[in-house]
Amino acid sequence: MSGASIGLLAAFTPPLAAINWHSVLFFLFAVVACACAVAVVLADNVVRMAFYLVLSLGATAGLFFLAGAEFVGAMQLMIYVGGTLVLLVFGVMLTAQAPFVAIKTSSSDRVLAGLVGAALLVVLLQSAFRVDAWRRPAVADPGPPTATPLGMALLGIRVDEPAAGSPAAGGSVAVVRNGYLLPFEIVSVHLLVVLVGAAYLARAKRRRTPRAIDVAASSTGPETAAREARRSSTSALVSGGRP
Amino acid sequence: MADLLINTFGLPDWLAWSVTAMVAAVLILNVIAGGALVFIWAERKIAARIQDRLGPTRTGGRFGWLQSLADGIKLLAKEDLMPEGADALLFRIAPYVSFCASFCAFIALPFAFDVVGQRLNVGVFFVVAVLGLEVFGVILAGYASASKWSLFGAMREAAQVVSYEVPLGMCVVVPVMLAGSMDLVTIGEKQAGWFTNWYLFHDPFTFVIFWVYVTCAVASVNRAPFDLAEAESELVAGFHTEYSGLRWSFFFMAEYGSMFLVSALAAVLFLGGWNGPVPVARLLGLSEGTGDTAHYLVRLVGCGNLLLKATLGVLVMMWIRWTLPRLRIDQVMTTCLKYCTPIAAAMFAGVLLWQLALPGGLVRGLPHWLSRPSGEIREGWLEGPGGRAVQRSRTTSDPSQAAPRAAAMPEPSVSRPGSHGVAEVRP
Amino acid sequence: MMFCSAAPCAVALAAGFPALPLLAAAPFTTPVGVAHYLVVGAILFTTGVVCMALKRNALGVLMGIELVLNGANVNFVAFSSSYLRGEGAASLGLDGQAIALFVILLAAAEAAVALAITLNFYNNHATVDVDQADDLKG
Repeated sequence: MSGASIGLLAAFTPPLAAINWHSVLFFLFAVVACACAVAVVLADNVVRMAFYLVLSLGATAGLFFLAGAEFVGAMQLMIYVGGTLVLLVFGVMLTAQAPFVAIKTSSSDRVLAGLVGAALLVVLLQSAFRVDAWRRPAVADPGPPTATPLGMALLGIRVDEPAAGSPAAGGSVAVVRNGYLLPFEIVSVHLLVVLVGAAYLARAKRRRTPRAIDVAASSTGPETAAREARRSSTSALVSGGRP
Repeated sequence: MADLLINTFGLPDWLAWSVTAMVAAVLILNVIAGGALVFIWAERKIAARIQDRLGPTRTGGRFGWLQSLADGIKLLAKEDLMPEGADALLFRIAPYVSFCASFCAFIALPFAFDVVGQRLNVGVFFVVAVLGLEVFGVILAGYASASKWSLFGAMREAAQVVSYEVPLGMCVVVPVMLAGSMDLVTIGEKQAGWFTNWYLFHDPFTFVIFWVYVTCAVASVNRAPFDLAEAESELVAGFHTEYSGLRWSFFFMAEYGSMFLVSALAAVLFLGGWNGPVPVARLLGLSEGTGDTAHYLVRLVGCGNLLLKATLGVLVMMWIRWTLPRLRIDQVMTTCLKYCTPIAAAMFAGVLLWQLALPGGLVRGLPHWLSRPSGEIREGWLEGPGGRAVQRSRTTSDPSQAAPRAAAMPEPSVSRPGSHGVAEVRP
Repeated sequence: MMFCSAAPCAVALAAGFPALPLLAAAPFTTPVGVAHYLVVGAILFTTGVVCMALKRNALGVLMGIELVLNGANVNFVAFSSSYLRGEGAASLGLDGQAIALFVILLAAAEAAVALAITLNFYNNHATVDVDQADDLKG
């Protein structure tokens, strides 16, 4: 047995001589991302789901770095993982009372969802391998760094693909903006509107009747609590809880 | 270093890169762990002296040098407890999440010119992003401890860290604006020369922004006077109440690591990084052609400079901790939202206007040896399609610099300090 | 290596002796192309869709949405990468990264609003179970 293992080790050495660390790191991050994504689906405890999601999105940020998109990777870490997921985890903590931490789905639902998911996965994988150009291995030269061109593009000036009439492309017309200035401004205003809206939606309201969650907290058992909650919420809807 | 291994020792490519990566990781780990040992001892001594007593004086000699080691041995030997209702996986993994976030941020921190784990084009952004991930360890620890007080303490601490990221980001953007790049190596390089080149002394707005940064950084790492989440552990319970022994020590290595990191970041962004107050290398006449040993020595001195500045920053943080009283949570939030954020925004606007009005600095006509270095922006896109033409069409470019700029060839992999390839875009 | 102690396995291994180590080491030696990233994106996307369909916890559904958006982002970044483009293939270039950036921003905005809605639902119904959100049912 030891002879066979030594023989196998000896046979491993020629491939070992050409280890491509980029591929190794890619597989590491890809396996973590996919495994944690599957764990999000399979887990029942919502806090663990949030944790696996954090790991999955962090590994995706690693994938972005490996593809050379450093700015997008850092944005993913800062905004997605450090912002959106913190928000999500706060929400999970606020609602992680004992009966709601692990809600199980019925098995028929699971089978149906599994079938749909499998079909979708097959279609996507097939299309991923269909195009020839996508299967060719990466080139060695990673190309120029992209933070500054991206920043310039967000201000409306494309340095990698200058507009047709601009001096950069040999013409004499004043620089025609073909960047992402308008989407950038729209997204800025959009974020402001969303933050104001979300803060307004989630504000503490002055209520004439007690909140369903407070009624539920004072009664016994989750089932009676839910029933009480529905009764008090419908009554609140009828009488109109004042905002 | 990988090139050295490949060329001199003839190692195969993959082995050279993995050895280099491992050496870098081990060095950074040593900086964090050794730093934590030293800082714990220093904290006890400083606290003692401020409180008019002596501190550790018995372990290992008159000054208690080995106190940290004794603490470490004690922590290792403690019983590993876990509360009964705790979520086992999350409870175990929370300290490591915190520590990983603290460790990963060191990847992009340069210790000298081009002595950096990975030279990222978006270095500043990456460091600030990863620092914000430490909050997950705190939240997980608070939740997994199965204790209401742990959870509340963790939520408060998380809210504090997340709120202070906003003014911290604004403070950090100012040196980025002055340097024209998010690359930490470039930002440090632009402050080479005399100490008047440091961004701290660039204009009064940057000076104020530095102090706002200090405030936000102290709040971000949950040090006093912003440490109510830890202090509550004395009164009620904090997020690490249920942690003992080695797991607890990981939380505190993460905290000291973060303290060191924000101090080192302040040093690189505002205090000149690895450049000393006097440009010794330039005065001695060292240039590109001097030879490799001189460059290694210069970089070694640079590392020492940065470590010294970062350690000074940490000591100042300890000094503040034992001097100022603790803030309440509403005072912490008031400081962030009513003071730090508006001041940071106003100073940012001030620096912007200063750059527009006085691009050449307050004092014009400085001799070459005293002026700000016109470092290069090592970005290949300046030479890409339409690159040179774009430079000519930009109005801020100095016409006298157009000729050397057009003729220069940027080399992304060059690691020689002070080489002036492409002249800077902003004069 | 542990199962090479069994005799039939040893025979099979000996038969495929030269090919097996190369096959096993193939993931670590061949450079990755766009297709590999697309596979990861597909898995993330599908997992997100299944998560959205399966979870009864409203926050679980939200996590599914995040996974879907991330799968799309991985695709965009893979198409835009100048490193992964292979010889002679075109890449989206900066456009893909800008789109990925905007997706991240909009996902953050959408998560904020969805969380506000979920919290309101929780306050009014004392549960985050979406199966119980049937007040408007006829």
